[in-house]
Amino acid sequence: MATLSFKDFKSDQEVRWCPGCGDHAVLAALQRALPKVSSALNYEKERYVVVSGIGCSSRLPYYMDTYGFHSIHGRATAISTGIKVANPWLTVWQACGDGDALAIGGNHFIHAIRRNIDINIILFNNQIYGLTKGQYSPTSKFGAITKTSPYGTVEHPFNPGSLVLGAKGTFFARSLDVELKLNEEIMTAAALHDGASVMEMLTNCVIFNDGAHRNISDPATRADRTIILRHGEKMIFGKDRDKGLVLDGLGLKVVTIGQDGYTEDDILVHDAHCENAGIHMMLADMKYPDFPVALGVIRDVKDVTYDDGVRDQVKDVMLKSKIHSVDDLLHSGSTWEVE
Amino acid sequence: MQHKVIDAKDVVIRFAGDSGDGMQLTGSLFADMSAIYGNQLSTFPDYPAEIRAPQGTVSGVSGFQVHIGSENVNTPGDHCDLLVAMNPAALMANAKWCKRTAMILVDSNAFDEAGMKKAGFKTDDPFRELGVEDRVLIVAPITELTELSLKDSGMDIKAIRKCKNMFTLGMACFIYDRPLDYIFTYLEKKFAKKHPEVIEPNKKVLKDGFNYAANMQMIANTYHIEPSHPKKGTYRNITGNQATAWGLLAASEKSGLPLFCGSYPITPATGILEELAIHKSLGAKTLQAEDEIAGICTAIGASYAGNLAVTTTSGPGLSLKSEALGLAVMAELPLVVVDVQRAGPSTGIPTKTEQTDLNQALYGRNGECPIPVVAAHSPSNCFDTAFNAAKIALEHMTPVMMLSEGFLGNGSEPWLIPSMKDYPVIQPPFATSLPEDGKFKPFERDPQTLVPKWAIPGQKGFEHRVGGLEKNHDGVLSSDPANHALMVAEREAKVQKIADFIPELQLDGPAKGKLLVVGWGGTYGHILSAVNEVRAEGLEVSRVHFDYIYPVPRNTGGILSGFDKVLVCELNSGQFANYLLGLFPDTKIVKFNKVQGQPFLVSELVDAIKEAL
Repeated sequence: MATLSFKDFKSDQEVRWCPGCGDHAVLAALQRALPKVSSALNYEKERYVVVSGIGCSSRLPYYMDTYGFHSIHGRATAISTGIKVANPWLTVWQACGDGDALAIGGNHFIHAIRRNIDINIILFNNQIYGLTKGQYSPTSKFGAITKTSPYGTVEHPFNPGSLVLGAKGTFFARSLDVELKLNEEIMTAAALHDGASVMEMLTNCVIFNDGAHRNISDPATRADRTIILRHGEKMIFGKDRDKGLVLDGLGLKVVTIGQDGYTEDDILVHDAHCENAGIHMMLADMKYPDFPVALGVIRDVKDVTYDDGVRDQVKDVMLKSKIHSVDDLLHSGSTWEVE
Repeated sequence: MQHKVIDAKDVVIRFAGDSGDGMQLTGSLFADMSAIYGNQLSTFPDYPAEIRAPQGTVSGVSGFQVHIGSENVNTPGDHCDLLVAMNPAALMANAKWCKRTAMILVDSNAFDEAGMKKAGFKTDDPFRELGVEDRVLIVAPITELTELSLKDSGMDIKAIRKCKNMFTLGMACFIYDRPLDYIFTYLEKKFAKKHPEVIEPNKKVLKDGFNYAANMQMIANTYHIEPSHPKKGTYRNITGNQATAWGLLAASEKSGLPLFCGSYPITPATGILEELAIHKSLGAKTLQAEDEIAGICTAIGASYAGNLAVTTTSGPGLSLKSEALGLAVMAELPLVVVDVQRAGPSTGIPTKTEQTDLNQALYGRNGECPIPVVAAHSPSNCFDTAFNAAKIALEHMTPVMMLSEGFLGNGSEPWLIPSMKDYPVIQPPFATSLPEDGKFKPFERDPQTLVPKWAIPGQKGFEHRVGGLEKNHDGVLSSDPANHALMVAEREAKVQKIADFIPELQLDGPAKGKLLVVGWGGTYGHILSAVNEVRAEGLEVSRVHFDYIYPVPRNTGGILSGFDKVLVCELNSGQFANYLLGLFPDTKIVKFNKVQGQPFLVSELVDAIKEAL
């Protein structure tokens, strides 16, 4: 099989996101990740299907030179599920926004995770409705001032990570649009994961919610305000790599290595494969300024997938059943002859 | 008293009791047995929406009507010759369905003061109160006799009382001269594995019921219904929902595409999903979705991935699927949507039948959004209708709406089992070669059929994008005014072209005359019976029945123009009549409508036809 490159996944369509939109970087990361996935798993290009709902980020399938389905608002997850169950050989990627996946499509989103169907969901979280020009979304911060909340919202936002883990998700990762390398790494890990993989990409909407993630994305302070988690590595962060996370009672605590008697040995080691989601939940819930915001693959555990289950059950029943054709079916059960 | 055996052409029996009394089973057993005996038959279950409504109340009454005969049994019958009422509420709810000559069989043990009060009787003579005291009344202590029959069975009293429906069935078998062997075999098969201990007691109570009826000296006449002489072959009973599921499986086999059904449970359509879930051995995948929208969207995804995709629902569910239907139209993907109609609007009366979703099927979407609509006309006809719906969907690359009805879905009839070799192969327009420029154009059409090609993910070199946004023939987004107008016109013309591939209307009767009676869907049997009755009186009427609604068969206009008046009979407020009038404005249309959640009565159709003449 010929090796695929970045160019093979780039369509001839003009990319129409606003200049400076975070979606450009996520698209680039995907186009760079898929060649790597292809060589790792020996996948041909025609095996990829990119599905989306409605919203700015849902334009993504047009920019990928793969099979693509730009569906309707909120329903991408249901369409992806149908594609994967119908043909498990296909590898399904999904682009959806915070409004698309968590408001109008919230039901499909949690049920896909519950079923653990093997699809890869990139959740573009810019905390705003961009395509409809600036209304608050289910991830907008409490009090956010938008066109439909001129005096501030009075509702709590979803944290997508807690939602995924609460629905017993088997894979959750988070990143910033600007973390191109990390995003490639996350996307590759998601592709290798069997089951529903959710990748939350904190993206910047330059027009309607500029700087929503600036407090953690600013290059000057990013290293101190975020932590990149990698399985098997110490939970160390900071510009000087001197801060870390430890368990303190039933919760997490930020400590400085070398202070208050803490040494590197005390720092937790990230175990993304840990069955118990308790620590993953705490990591996903960490908020600045009390904690660094967790980036990277937070949870990646094995479990049976829905698509395998459906396929195996069909195979199993085929072997056991006496009905192998519609003629068999028509004559099954109680029948009688008229001479 | 010596009883007389009377030869009857046809009889109607209505079993009614509390929803836990097993009346559906009793009725089905009586029907199955009659089918095997060689009678024609038609059944109609009439049950409450609540699984176990308050015991003994009218709202909890469950009924099952069986019409058996030697010939021309087209409907479950209007009024009954025998009403079995297991309690006062059942009598209260069903006495109005008794013919003047009917027999009424009741369990006297249930007619105590409490039972009568619960049912809402004000006097202590329920028959007189309901005005049926002049019918042939058979008042038997069925509960007591059942207890007596099984006192040595070792069963507890609760289990024994559950057998009283078998005692009643035994009595009905005596009255209608039915052999018991079939039920014996049924009981042996059904309980052989799990509860072999109940086989003998049930047989005993059935026989005791039969013998009691023979000995009680209260039944003056019994009836013999000659077996009819149907076409040779193997028969079975089938319900409409079962036939729909099997028709879809047949289409899967004939197209070579795996069947995928994404559905959400909803009365009265759930039976289709349940039936498909059984038949994984034929490769069917069923996905019980999180909601109606996910039902259709998973099906659209499966269609895109190359399966024969189906979603099944009833009216309220169809409302939820509207937006996604538009997506399937826009993406030009094959999809079968089955709507088993029930009384609406909103939740309406879920267990009652209607034809009120026709407008929704035809028009219930945003934008110019044409979807072919077909309708089944009897329980067994659901097989062919589902097969044809799938064939149209796959060969013309479009979603297709199949309208069924609660009356058809739950109703059953004997069916001469067809052979799959007599069904055509289904040939979807698969994309097999790329144009010279090497780029697949997803909306380029076949010049004859106007159908685009189907390229399925996984096919090397055919990568393309589909979706809800307007595109040009190449599959590139376009908001160009002229392109939009062209695509709207082409999608419509593609559906209209289907008329060249469906059968013409079959005219029953002369091609010219005073009156043409028109129906569609599940009213077929009632209208046929009514027309035959009117003709038997020497009046001349013609009749057509529409299985294909949109587009209509090519000869529709020609047929309609041959008549002074066209009487359109339907279970709604005139939706099909208005549709026909829109297509053929010169037709003199008279409407006959009923929106009561109940099928037509043949008698009311006869009156309507006579009035229109």
